[in-house]
Amino acid sequence: MESFVFTLTIFVLAVFLGFEVITKVPPTLHTPLMSGSNAISGITIIGAILSAGTKLTILTTTLGFLAVVFATINVVGGFMVTHRMLDMFRRK
Amino acid sequence: MKEVVINLAYLLASAMFVIGLKGLTHPRTAVRGNLTGALGMLLAIVVTLIDQRIIGYEVIIAGAVVGGLIGAVFAIKIQMTAMPQMVALFNGFGGGASVLVAGAALIESGIIEVSGSMTQLVVATVFSGLIGSVTFWGSLIAMFKLWEKVVPGGNVTFPGLQVVNAILAIICVALGVMIIMDPTNITLYWGLVAAAGVMGILLTIPIGGADMPVVIALLNSYSGLAAAATGFVLSNNVLIIAGSLVGASGLILTSIMCKAMNRSLANVIFGKLAPAEGAATADEVYAGKVKAASPEEVAMLFDTARRVVFVPGYGMAVAQAQHVVRDLANWLTSNKGAEVEYAIHPVAGRMPGHMNVLLAEANVPYDQLKEMDEINPTLDTADVAMVIGANDVVNPVARTDPKSPIAGMPIIDVDKCRTVVIVKRSLSPGFAGIPNPLFAADNTLMMFGDGKKALLELVAALKEG
Repeated sequence: MESFVFTLTIFVLAVFLGFEVITKVPPTLHTPLMSGSNAISGITIIGAILSAGTKLTILTTTLGFLAVVFATINVVGGFMVTHRMLDMFRRK
Repeated sequence: MKEVVINLAYLLASAMFVIGLKGLTHPRTAVRGNLTGALGMLLAIVVTLIDQRIIGYEVIIAGAVVGGLIGAVFAIKIQMTAMPQMVALFNGFGGGASVLVAGAALIESGIIEVSGSMTQLVVATVFSGLIGSVTFWGSLIAMFKLWEKVVPGGNVTFPGLQVVNAILAIICVALGVMIIMDPTNITLYWGLVAAAGVMGILLTIPIGGADMPVVIALLNSYSGLAAAATGFVLSNNVLIIAGSLVGASGLILTSIMCKAMNRSLANVIFGKLAPAEGAATADEVYAGKVKAASPEEVAMLFDTARRVVFVPGYGMAVAQAQHVVRDLANWLTSNKGAEVEYAIHPVAGRMPGHMNVLLAEANVPYDQLKEMDEINPTLDTADVAMVIGANDVVNPVARTDPKSPIAGMPIIDVDKCRTVVIVKRSLSPGFAGIPNPLFAADNTLMMFGDGKKALLELVAALKEG
């Protein structure tokens, strides 16, 4: 229970931090913000790697493999396309 | 000791995500910010790979190669006009990954001892599966709707839809409780994922057209919340922090989009826009009052204009007219010395910031892109406002008729400009389905035609004149 409260604390504080930071993003960058934050939500790749790598059962390994595929699409595609967009904003 | 190093690295990665998002507060620092975020992700991945529970790397590498290739091809090939579809799809993959990871963690918890509390793991797994599955299936539908393939883009609904959704919600809650009581029965989890998936489809399918920015922003938030829930499953702080940052980001965008339409989130998701009883029909509004102008006539108008404001809408994206608009703007600045700006409504296009990305792609400097609230007070000094493929966001009825479906929605006050030129195929209504008196106003000229073609003719006429 104690560890749950600790984890919950981190969650709530991070939500507040997110509100503070994101409110300052100008509307002109809202699309890159979405694709960039999308890439960050690909952080589930960590859990995916652990399931795919510990190979406990065939099922968990398969689920892990699929999760690695999904999360990597998110991470690689998300950061790359965001870079491509932001580069257009920087050009001039 | 290894554990401590890994957790410190996760802390550093979390900090880099925050710094990365902070970079997005200005176009100049944004590229660096994004790279910082990417570096944080790389760090988190690398330290995870040294975890001693991992006994082999071939499955991980195979998954990363497949996913990396797909992601890279998407990122390089996608057209800027198709960005809403791609973001929708990626939101879905995020949700899907959460469903799979939480499912795997639930199975593993029945075989090996879990590091955190078992109750937390099971409860969080229920949330992860529920939110993740709604996100995955909802996003797929959103993607198809935006693509306007497979599923029609507009509102699709059937009687009793909300009843079905309510029943599905009850089933999800019941399955959730059953999973918590008997975590070893994995079939229950897949049942929950299936029910949540159907609910995700049915919640998204009735929403269409101009409401899509809200849907994408909301699904973006869900994908973050699903990742945070997965963080509770694994008792992993970096997932929780990254997930809640994304969740907060999506919620902020959702609220901005709703405010920009003066509608509540519930109204966007469950409501339906319908013209009020007794409202003016298109014939009453337009008959005999609409003035059509040829590109040559509009060119003469631009001849004397000192300040020109362009108002882009989804129609500009559909016609791929952003490059011609830029050419026109450049010609006006360099040959006529005119001052050119772009007035961008928050919900113009199909996702937050959609118009800005298209114009940035066409090399329009970002300091010419003005927010609605910033440009509205100055519009009475504009000589020409040119509205390209936008309709409801410039409809003055929003200010005047409290019974209209768009009543109270903030609009770009182009009707205050000296002259308004509307580039549009026809007088057909926008998403709200109501006529726009602006098109019949004394100071409005309609330049009918495909946005790109009409503007090309205009530019040609200007260069001749």
